[in-house]
Amino acid sequence: MMFVPGNNPGMMADAHIYGPDSIMLDLEDSVTMAEKDAARLLVYNALKTIDYGDTEMVVRINPLNTPYGRKDIEAVVKAGVDVIRMPKTETAEEVKEVEAEIEKVERELGCVGRTKIMAAIESALGVVNAYAIATASPRMMGIALGAEDYTANLKTQHTPDGDELRLARETIVVAARAAGIDALDTVYSNLNDMETFRREVELIKTLGFDGKSIINPRQIEVVNEVFAPTEKAIDKALTILEAIKEAEAKGSGVIAVNGKMVDRPVVIRAQRTIDLAIASGILKKEDVI
Amino acid sequence: MKTREQLTAQAAERMGKPVYDDANRAKATEQKLDIQKNSPKLATLEEAIRKSGLKDGDTISFHHHFRAGDKVVNMVVDKLAEMGFKNLHVAASSLQDVHAPLIEHIKNGVVTKISTSGLRGDLAKEISMGLMDEPVVFRSHGGRGSAIANGDLHIDVAFIGASSSDPLGNACGYSRSENAKSICGSLGYALPDARYADKVVILTDDLVPYPNTPNSVSEHDVDYVVEVDSVGDSSKISSGAIRDTKNPRDILLAQQAAKVILNSGYFKPGFSIQTGSGGASLAAVKFIRQAMIDQGIKASFALGGITAHMVKMHEEGLIDRLIDVQSFDKVAAESLKNDPMHKEVSACEYASADEPGSATHYLDIVILSALEADVDFNVNVLVGSDGIIRGAIGGHPDTAADSALSIIVCPLLRGRIPCIVDKVTTLITPGSTVDVIVTEYGIAVNPRRPELAERLKAAGLNVVDINWLKDKALSIIGTPDPLPFGDKVVGIVMNRDGSVQDTILNIIE
Repeated sequence: MMFVPGNNPGMMADAHIYGPDSIMLDLEDSVTMAEKDAARLLVYNALKTIDYGDTEMVVRINPLNTPYGRKDIEAVVKAGVDVIRMPKTETAEEVKEVEAEIEKVERELGCVGRTKIMAAIESALGVVNAYAIATASPRMMGIALGAEDYTANLKTQHTPDGDELRLARETIVVAARAAGIDALDTVYSNLNDMETFRREVELIKTLGFDGKSIINPRQIEVVNEVFAPTEKAIDKALTILEAIKEAEAKGSGVIAVNGKMVDRPVVIRAQRTIDLAIASGILKKEDVI
Repeated sequence: MKTREQLTAQAAERMGKPVYDDANRAKATEQKLDIQKNSPKLATLEEAIRKSGLKDGDTISFHHHFRAGDKVVNMVVDKLAEMGFKNLHVAASSLQDVHAPLIEHIKNGVVTKISTSGLRGDLAKEISMGLMDEPVVFRSHGGRGSAIANGDLHIDVAFIGASSSDPLGNACGYSRSENAKSICGSLGYALPDARYADKVVILTDDLVPYPNTPNSVSEHDVDYVVEVDSVGDSSKISSGAIRDTKNPRDILLAQQAAKVILNSGYFKPGFSIQTGSGGASLAAVKFIRQAMIDQGIKASFALGGITAHMVKMHEEGLIDRLIDVQSFDKVAAESLKNDPMHKEVSACEYASADEPGSATHYLDIVILSALEADVDFNVNVLVGSDGIIRGAIGGHPDTAADSALSIIVCPLLRGRIPCIVDKVTTLITPGSTVDVIVTEYGIAVNPRRPELAERLKAAGLNVVDINWLKDKALSIIGTPDPLPFGDKVVGIVMNRDGSVQDTILNIIE
């Protein structure tokens, strides 16, 4: 998920050409108070006019307890955004409030249920409530860690190894998995240190995260490389999925590949491998039917 | 029987020659280092101009190896103005921002005609708006070499800035002395001038003792040597372009260009390559270098404007020879000085269409940039989309025409300016010579090269129709208003074969 300031038309116009899985146009922290209205208008028009293709479009709104949050929701839902990202989420109630606002706009438009929600968890209270937040609405598609505010709230600072984030990361992954939604990690902001960035991406992949937030197209390649499955894993996954398809065609439920029984978790893992291979650009959608 | 003296006199008479006379012959016996100071070629700039026989209406020539750091053009034309010359034709290999003082000389009638590869800055702007009565004649580097060699462009006096010269005129774009003040590397664009001009004046800021070997300009071609304070600022030869780009769009374009090369069918042991000095070109070289290491492929030569990146790959053993008509940075200039496998060539040896041996004829792959390209694959690198001249033809059409695979790297949009258009503002490189256009939105392959399109598609590259790219650009920024051109021809673009290819009209502010 690539962060793009909502007040920068140049960046918004061509963010998708670098091939991020999703783009988050930001109305919150990267936009000053004086520019909130102008940025909202820009983001609205970007969503309406720019052909972002298959890229998932996310907008980070201002919190509802500011004068901007409700206007942000109205504008971006009308523009057809895929996902609204809530900043600094601490309780399930906040999610429900946003949901109600979204629904109000959707009802006007006649498209109830179209807009999904992602919640950024950026405080100790948010981490404690992670599962409740993740399950607060059927619209919830993911939760994400926002490390800067979280470390400040924790009265510590961000370190290269991220020891201070360990509990938050693990809690967020577990909560997301328990809720059946995605878990996204925080940004890494030093663009000149690609090695530490790579180590961090490797770490969060091991922890179980589905992806990483990024702030520059140059980071995309590293994330794709780390998350890309090996050729061997892809071959194995393709074999399993083909066997399943054959079995389904024959009407048989249980199958074996290379003498090993293939059950549901194996199929799910195989599908995930293929999804990742497509997301990393190794396989093309049309290659896998 | 006749004596030998009688027979010699008879032979002399038959040959129409005098008989040798040994009377009053003296031998110079001073220490030779001292008599060099009395070389008959040494002169002040004014003396050299007088002795050269230059007259009003003549053609004088210059090279642009110091690029934005050049001091020779302004110095010489100032002196000519002071001496009262009029109606001169300045035939430079290219002109830069730094040559804005020519505007005054044009207004005063000192300069009434210009031939060049490019124009930039205020001079370009004034000329675009109709400053000169006579249109500027634009030629490619190869085209200029040919024109000088075949007499289309006759030079009366060439003024060649050199980083070192001995008193006899053996001159280089670098110096081996302790007093070296400047370095520009190759003098390739000045070599046809040195060879074919009626008179040749070397200007140098480092006069060294004879013999200044290995030399690029030979004393044989030089009439006068003028010592000056400075011929150029070496720090400006790279124009700041030679830096690793961090611009994500340039990196994306570079990746795509590199993928085109790797999957084109031309990426084979012994291939040859030329790239530009722009960010995307240089970044592409980095990707290609990695692929060469990974696949164990080595290139036979790299051509053109040589950069530090090419020098590094040569030193790593990835590129066998460097053929250098212009050194794009100090690293390249130093390498030219020190490495015999790094060869300086003249503009004719580089890219003349008339010479079977010119290097471009043996070039496999070239990566080029563009200001604009159109749906017929024509490319413009000279006139901006505001109608103002802001570039140089360089070796663009030469390398595109002669290479086996020409790749144009060009963003679809620069800010709000579309770079893929219906028809280019000025035709510089004909579409028949352009094979691939790489943009950040997709790769267009010339329909003349269906086999290439198939190879790139098979490799999974995003091959799109050039018209789709043009429509995409217009859908984002809308259709621009037509440019307000007048009806005065301010520039003529020559094809490298000597034919007239296009004209540039004045732009109304």
